[in-house]
Amino acid sequence: MKIAVLSGKGGTGKTLVSVNLAAVAKESIYIDCDVEEPNGHLFFKPKDIESERISIKIPYVNETACNGCRKCGDFCKFNALAYINSKLLVFDEVCHSCGGCVLICPEKALTEKDKFIGEVQRGVSENVTVITGMLNTGEASGIPIIKNILDDIPTDKGFAFIDCPPGSSCIVMESIKDADYCIFVAEPTLFGVHNLNMVYDLVTLFNKPHGVVLNKCLKGENPAENFCKEKGIQILGKIPYNNELGTLNSDALISVRENKKYHALFSNLLQTVTKEVQHEAVTNS
Amino acid sequence: MKIAMPVDDKSMETTVCQSFGRTPYFLIYDTESMESVFLNSYAAASHGGAGIKAAQTIVDHKVSALLTPRCGENAAEVINATNIKIYKTINDSIQDNIDALKDGKLSMLEEIHPGLHNHAAI
Repeated sequence: MKIAVLSGKGGTGKTLVSVNLAAVAKESIYIDCDVEEPNGHLFFKPKDIESERISIKIPYVNETACNGCRKCGDFCKFNALAYINSKLLVFDEVCHSCGGCVLICPEKALTEKDKFIGEVQRGVSENVTVITGMLNTGEASGIPIIKNILDDIPTDKGFAFIDCPPGSSCIVMESIKDADYCIFVAEPTLFGVHNLNMVYDLVTLFNKPHGVVLNKCLKGENPAENFCKEKGIQILGKIPYNNELGTLNSDALISVRENKKYHALFSNLLQTVTKEVQHEAVTNS
Repeated sequence: MKIAMPVDDKSMETTVCQSFGRTPYFLIYDTESMESVFLNSYAAASHGGAGIKAAQTIVDHKVSALLTPRCGENAAEVINATNIKIYKTINDSIQDNIDALKDGKLSMLEEIHPGLHNHAAI
């Protein structure tokens, strides 16, 4: 069962929720798809790490074979190729690795070469298999890394929690594509509501069952809670805004492994999520 | 001397376009014959790499100078692979900039921005 945890902005508590849900489950997989700044591993401190380098294909030109016909450049929808001063220039970071230019070149002057863009680390932290996608600084897109991870999730390890990148762009779509259920994490502010609305729209478009965890809850009115009631979005649980939890988190500790109170809180949340997922599975079967 | 300028419309009375890569038109102007030609810039509708495609257009028209308020790093890489000089426009009037170039009052565009990749298109 794959559960994606997402939010419209950074800092709402995606990692807090996904790390603690994974840790409180009997056996689980935690997947960090926030490849630009993965931080789940800082909490899990996984052992027995195996790394796999991830590469993409980019065109490589044989200048003596190229006759400057420009068919490659005309074909490329992303304008990754320019022909200047009788020389083909390739813009690696603009290339989407479709391979079309190589196929279309009548002179067979283009071949593909590997370009390493990051890595996937797989390790273990007690009951949790920890998989972390890491994109090299300066690379344009982490989607190939996310594809590599999500195409190959072990299915015998119970829940898989996917810690998504913030926002609602292509990389988030890739992360939630195969998810069975989506959890939104929302802050109790008007800004939080705006961002919640973004991911709500996205997930609705993907027709995924979903619910909200209200994080940083204070006494008084919660605009995110009002929004959920208005839209009829299931509220899965509430996490208080307090110093104790904040301190555990900023010390890179997993609160469910440190404190019974939070163990109970996230156990309840996991039960609620499990019920929801099963309910969805039954109604959709 | 043949020069190029991103412009908002096909007229000498229009304004200089604030974007190089996504400009709808280019003015190709000959400072000797005072002849002007307006080109549609198909790069404006690109999914990405608009600056590269716009720069390719400029290079293909064999101009000697580009007058623009801004230029991204990919476009600059294409243009700098040639002898084309990039000047910074002083205001949004086409004629003022042509006059300033003739009087030697335009400075080179020093600031090349990192581009607006992934922000201009989905």
